[in-house]
Amino acid sequence: MKPLINSLPETVFTTKVDELLNWGRASSQWYMLFGLACCAIELMQTGGPRADLDRFGAVPRATPRQSDLMIVAGTLTYKMAKRTKLLYDQMPDPKYVISMGSCSNCGGLFQLAYSVCKGVDKIIPVDVYVPGCPPRPEALTEGLLRIQDKMMRERWLVKPSEPAADQSGAAE
Amino acid sequence: MDAQEIYASLDKLFPGKVSDLKAEVFEPYLNVDKDAIVEICRFLRSAPGFKFEVLSDLTALDWPKEEKIQVVYHLFSYAHNHQIVLKVDLARDNPKVATVENVWKVANWFEREVYDLFGVIFEGHSDLRRIMLPEDWVGFPLRKDYVEQEEYDGISTQRAPLVEKLLR
Repeated sequence: MKPLINSLPETVFTTKVDELLNWGRASSQWYMLFGLACCAIELMQTGGPRADLDRFGAVPRATPRQSDLMIVAGTLTYKMAKRTKLLYDQMPDPKYVISMGSCSNCGGLFQLAYSVCKGVDKIIPVDVYVPGCPPRPEALTEGLLRIQDKMMRERWLVKPSEPAADQSGAAE
Repeated sequence: MDAQEIYASLDKLFPGKVSDLKAEVFEPYLNVDKDAIVEICRFLRSAPGFKFEVLSDLTALDWPKEEKIQVVYHLFSYAHNHQIVLKVDLARDNPKVATVENVWKVANWFEREVYDLFGVIFEGHSDLRRIMLPEDWVGFPLRKDYVEQEEYDGISTQRAPLVEKLLR
């Protein structure tokens, strides 16, 4: 009997449906244009030609309705926190959140201020925390790759027997 | 015109309404009676020789020990290149002062900001509501005795305790 390996034409390859879906999603993460403070400058740099998030298929979208990924870049005030929650709720599932920089991780330098929210995870679930003040483009790129790893581990066809790990809940 | 001259002419025109000139500092200031502030501001804005066309800043100070809130007016004149600072003392438990919105239009937003952060009521203001904080905010955060609420709109304001080392 002919071995199965290398028996198919070169244009055909085999994979699992989950893998294919995850590969497609991980390679086209559209992140929401959402800069709150100085981290937004670094976010723009990351999208720019040198760090170039585009090569991972990540492009900015100007509306939450078309976004898979929210990058919370900057100091989150209570006034903005309500809007952030609204934007998050408007994003279609499955959705992911990167908390970029000290301010959105925990309030950062401004955590003693009366108007600053002590971390974006008080409002919405966060998948990846990127430390730094602000993080360099390399760090944010690393964060995006971590999100890709997380996406590749998702299972869609077969539900695990135990309660499924919350897609957006658990922090990495 | 320097601060001494401004003070002297104000004292002559509005006897008993101005006091406590401090001229030797970088930005000389004087105290103004709170009932006369609009009158004096209008005079300083238009009188020849003074021409303070610009209200460059309007802010406030909280003095809990003296039981007063001071509203501070920074005036500047492009025509004569001179400046003066006016201060008005208000009672801390009921800070009220007439608006200078009709003298300098820019005072509208300045006074809203002072109301937002100190709770000073500007009587006669056309639109006195919070300018930066959310409208359902409780308290006036720049007062010295401001206590942070436990939570705002369902969002906890508590934070994890800092590491001891950082506190030292």
